[in-house]
Amino acid sequence: MRSRLIIAVLALVLLPAGAHAQQQTSVKEFTIGPIKITQPWTRVTPDASTVAGGFMKITNTGTVPETLTGGSALISHRFEVHEMVMDQGVMKMRELRPGLVIKPGETITLRPGSYHVMFIDLKQQIKLGQPFKGTLVFAKAGTLEIEYAIEPFGTRVPGDGGQPMPKSTEPQQHHKKTN
Amino acid sequence: VLRGIRIAAWGAILAGIVVFALFKLRMVPSDRLPRVEIAVGAPFELATHDGRRLSSKELEGRPFALFFGFTNCPDVCPTTLLEMSNHMKALGPAADRLRVLFVTIDPERDTPAHLKAYLANFDDRIVGLIGTPEEIRKVAKSYYATYEKIPTSTGYTMNHTASVFLMGPDGRFRGTINYQEPEADQRAKLKRLLGVVN
Repeated sequence: MRSRLIIAVLALVLLPAGAHAQQQTSVKEFTIGPIKITQPWTRVTPDASTVAGGFMKITNTGTVPETLTGGSALISHRFEVHEMVMDQGVMKMRELRPGLVIKPGETITLRPGSYHVMFIDLKQQIKLGQPFKGTLVFAKAGTLEIEYAIEPFGTRVPGDGGQPMPKSTEPQQHHKKTN
Repeated sequence: VLRGIRIAAWGAILAGIVVFALFKLRMVPSDRLPRVEIAVGAPFELATHDGRRLSSKELEGRPFALFFGFTNCPDVCPTTLLEMSNHMKALGPAADRLRVLFVTIDPERDTPAHLKAYLANFDDRIVGLIGTPEEIRKVAKSYYATYEKIPTSTGYTMNHTASVFLMGPDGRFRGTINYQEPEADQRAKLKRLLGVVN
């Protein structure tokens, strides 16, 4: 009887750890030649959005520089490779042409506020539980098919949970006024 | 953060030194000294996303937060709208006194109808403002905010000042909230603006 209780307690303690480990191993990788793409992701879009950003890690394990020149995504009509920087409080965005160069041995992280791919002229809004496929075109390695995982709106790093949508009906923590 | 404000601030400091020197040297009687102040923001009147006109006169006596953006914006604009919405929700009824104004710097694509549909995702108290290119230019200039159309291979995107301008009930500039500033700091600035005691 007691051993059963111990097992139950152990299971309760270990289960979340196990679930976490599983989440860790579900990070998706896609490779073509020396190019490795890790964990492509994007975010839920607010209704009436026309654009969204796509993010991932790109590693060049080869010996020559490689360039991400473009691609496509099933979610949008158009696709571009962009860079975003903050300069004296001004958000500056530009398309990278001919593309994003990844040096031999280098890993570049596409993330909010930095390099990203742009899904332009969305065919539909991006929703949780609706991952979609796309392609990336590299100058030397060619075309690679990938799939984007969907993170909540406001996510800055995959898995951080984002921020609650203002119109969501989920219970929210209210700030306590002390005066 | 904003080059314009910085230049204006240095200008004000220089002017202050000059005024102080004049005063010290008793060249100008103290009651005739000019007041030195950085003017950020100026009176404006723009169309709202729900088809009204909003004049800055309506804002008198109420603090407001104003920022510039566009709906074809993948990161900064929806993030700022989301953060402001969540601040307002957290602040509760205290935020009713706060006006949050989102001025589009892309009037070409941001029609009132589109702006309305987009803003429906966020706090209802946020007002979208639209104007002619000339009207927008004037408002942006008064806040030392810049924006610029950047062509891309399939269209264009916009560069723009990402800061949220915090204005007091007297219509005077109180500070900014900057992009990616920690949530707690943002909240504290809004509370200060609203006069909410922590």
